[in-house]
Amino acid sequence: MKNVLSTFLRRPAGIVGLTLLGLIVAMALLAPVLFPVSPWDMSARPFVPPGQDGLLLGSDTMGRDIASGVWHGASVSLIIGIASALTSLVIGVTLGCVAGYFGGWFDLIVVRITEVFQTIPNFVMAIVVVAILSPSMGTIIFAIGVVSWPSIARLTRAQVRTVASREFVAAARCQGQITLSIVMHHILPNAFTPIIVAGSFSVAAAILIEASLSFMGLGDPNHMSWGYMIGAGRTVIRQAWWMSVFPGIAILVTVVAINLVGEALNDALNPRISRQ
Amino acid sequence: MSQLLTIEGLRITLPEGGDRDHAVEAINFDVARNEIVCLVGESGSGKSMIAHAILGLLSPRVKTTGGYIGFGGQDLLTLSRREMQSLRGGRISMIFQEPLSALNPLKKVGRQVAEAIRAHDATLDRAGVDARVVDLFSQVGLPDPERLKGAYPFQLSGGQRQRVMIAMALSNNPDLLIADEPTTALDVTTQRQILDLILKLRDERGMGVLFITHDIGVVADIADRMLVLRRGRMLEYGPADQVLLAPEHDYTRMLLDAVPGRGSVLHKAAGGAPMLEISALRKEFRTRSGPFAKPRVVVAADGIDLKLHQGETLAIVGESGSGKSTLARMVLRLVEADSGAVRMGAQNILGAGRAELREFRRRAQIIFQDPYSSLDPRMTVGESILRGPISFGMPRAQAAAEARDWLVRVGLDAQAFDRFPHEFSGGQRQRVCIARALALNPTLLIADEAVSALDVSVQAQVLQLLSDLKAEFGLSMLFITHDLRVAREIADRIVVMQHGRVVEQNEAAALFAAPQEEYTRTLLDAVPGRAFFARSAALSAAPQRKAMQ
Repeated sequence: MKNVLSTFLRRPAGIVGLTLLGLIVAMALLAPVLFPVSPWDMSARPFVPPGQDGLLLGSDTMGRDIASGVWHGASVSLIIGIASALTSLVIGVTLGCVAGYFGGWFDLIVVRITEVFQTIPNFVMAIVVVAILSPSMGTIIFAIGVVSWPSIARLTRAQVRTVASREFVAAARCQGQITLSIVMHHILPNAFTPIIVAGSFSVAAAILIEASLSFMGLGDPNHMSWGYMIGAGRTVIRQAWWMSVFPGIAILVTVVAINLVGEALNDALNPRISRQ
Repeated sequence: MSQLLTIEGLRITLPEGGDRDHAVEAINFDVARNEIVCLVGESGSGKSMIAHAILGLLSPRVKTTGGYIGFGGQDLLTLSRREMQSLRGGRISMIFQEPLSALNPLKKVGRQVAEAIRAHDATLDRAGVDARVVDLFSQVGLPDPERLKGAYPFQLSGGQRQRVMIAMALSNNPDLLIADEPTTALDVTTQRQILDLILKLRDERGMGVLFITHDIGVVADIADRMLVLRRGRMLEYGPADQVLLAPEHDYTRMLLDAVPGRGSVLHKAAGGAPMLEISALRKEFRTRSGPFAKPRVVVAADGIDLKLHQGETLAIVGESGSGKSTLARMVLRLVEADSGAVRMGAQNILGAGRAELREFRRRAQIIFQDPYSSLDPRMTVGESILRGPISFGMPRAQAAAEARDWLVRVGLDAQAFDRFPHEFSGGQRQRVCIARALALNPTLLIADEAVSALDVSVQAQVLQLLSDLKAEFGLSMLFITHDLRVAREIADRIVVMQHGRVVEQNEAAALFAAPQEEYTRTLLDAVPGRAFFARSAALSAAPQRKAMQ
């Protein structure tokens, strides 16, 4: 474990990613302190450019403080990103593992279901689910988790199948280890690297889906989010670029940070690299 | 004699942090026309580095930092990329160890050879190239060249693929052929054919051959001159007969002694009760390429009957595809048999329930061929060993203490407990696998090609370890191998298998003295170095006889 951590911290990607991610988490935590007023409230006249009237990032078409929105939006993006990635990981890894290790009819069914899911564009499906369930944090997380597990399940299944055919798994069976222990101790650790990386990418993808949903007006109406801000500002982007650019940068930085962390994690979890 | 290749004072420097500074140092040798020079050494001795240096194929982090490689009046080390490129596959060509990964799997083999021809001779038209391919295929002894040139690599056997590689290497009439362990991945009989082919090509074409191998038996069969390498330094260099019959260096002697299968054949200890009985075992593999395609049926076991006695080592010998590994896996039910019975005592393992199977597997442990894939790379070796005893209810502290003991017993030290598999060499890993198997106190040990992936000298050590442990713990052993030399070293009784059938079984002594079946004789004749070792045994016996008179 110590090795994993030290390799992680020796990778430039890990340091940069973790620092950026730390900044965003700090933004989310400090939002209520720095901007005690609700980001939905009007705090100045509309269309104030950044730096004027004491507004760091300017105001939007309704006179709401952009900086306040960006800060408050951080927690929404992070919570939705992480929670929905976890949802899809739990569903995907469990189904993929069982399907890949045992095969048979269960495998067939899982593969068919994932194929059905993959013929429908993720985003369209997420819109339908959210529209039916009415938008809220919970339904958005659920919708994103439900549409993004199939790719994780397929990846897990493929990984588990390759690892399960290696001889150390046969050796573990001959050692008398029970199936659960073989899967948990031998197969998953060896199959997990690409899954973790895919998981970190799916955090980034979930943040983007949430932003797109809010952009289309399907966000949680009680929480300010970056996607909503871009959506609201897009019609006036030629007159007031700041309304969409700052939340856009926030999304970009978060997604890059998470990808960098995923990449460094990938290296750190490989004992060949971490034990050098 | 006209020298084709001259190497003087060659030095190859490794990147910093390696186990030594120079991969090889102060290497001097030459290869003449119509001559086979063998580079002999264990893995890590730097023998492949020399071959790669000649062709300018070293990885960018490894550099030649001194010396001279003369070929056709030029120093190859000073050639430009372009000049080197036209030389490679032209006047010098190379064949590799793994014939499957050296061929493009998605291209017909005929076209791959044609490509090699066209790369060096753009003037030839299509029909000309085609004719050349067919001609080359027949020269390397491929059956039905017209048909085979339209085959994909996966449709060919290992030996055929290596022949295709050789055809490709010969496509531009090279003066020098570099062969890097070309037969190591092949069966004994196929190896014999390839060695004969290389000898024939040398004689017909007057080619110089630089042949790299770790197997001194192979050297004895084909080398005109030989060079012994150890940790990047030349130990001995001279005519093969001279070096082999009167080695100056202890290391060469050790390599010679390590060649398995020359000691006296084991005589079976008094036959105990049969502990494992296999009867009428059948297994068919069916693969279908599509829902409507006709299934391909491979019979891996066609009514096998075997008995393994208490305290006995039974070797199962056969070429790849003979079903010997499947047999081992069926005994442990890693592969389910179609029909038949495997009995240990009164119990039929094939019908055993989950709990019974688990108990059986504790008593019957297996060691696999590939020490790289049979240890979990993400788990310390200690953890790998102790998981077995723990799953049978041993407290963790006790299991850990015993695992350390086992590591010492198999010739590693207790410090190895906390290290990961990639920190060990192949031979050391195989020792870990042995420790893992024995930690469960089995009565039956199945070794599935357990020493085949190891260097000859390491092989000898592991075989010694296995027979010591076997004697100490009174184990019975099912030893699966393609190498009759290894079987001779360790087995009391030998079973020869072909196409899923038992061809011949007999006491080891009787089988070697008087093989009954044609196929067994073919296998025996294919053993590399057989003629040489028979001769040297006769030579060393002669003075003794004189002394006795």
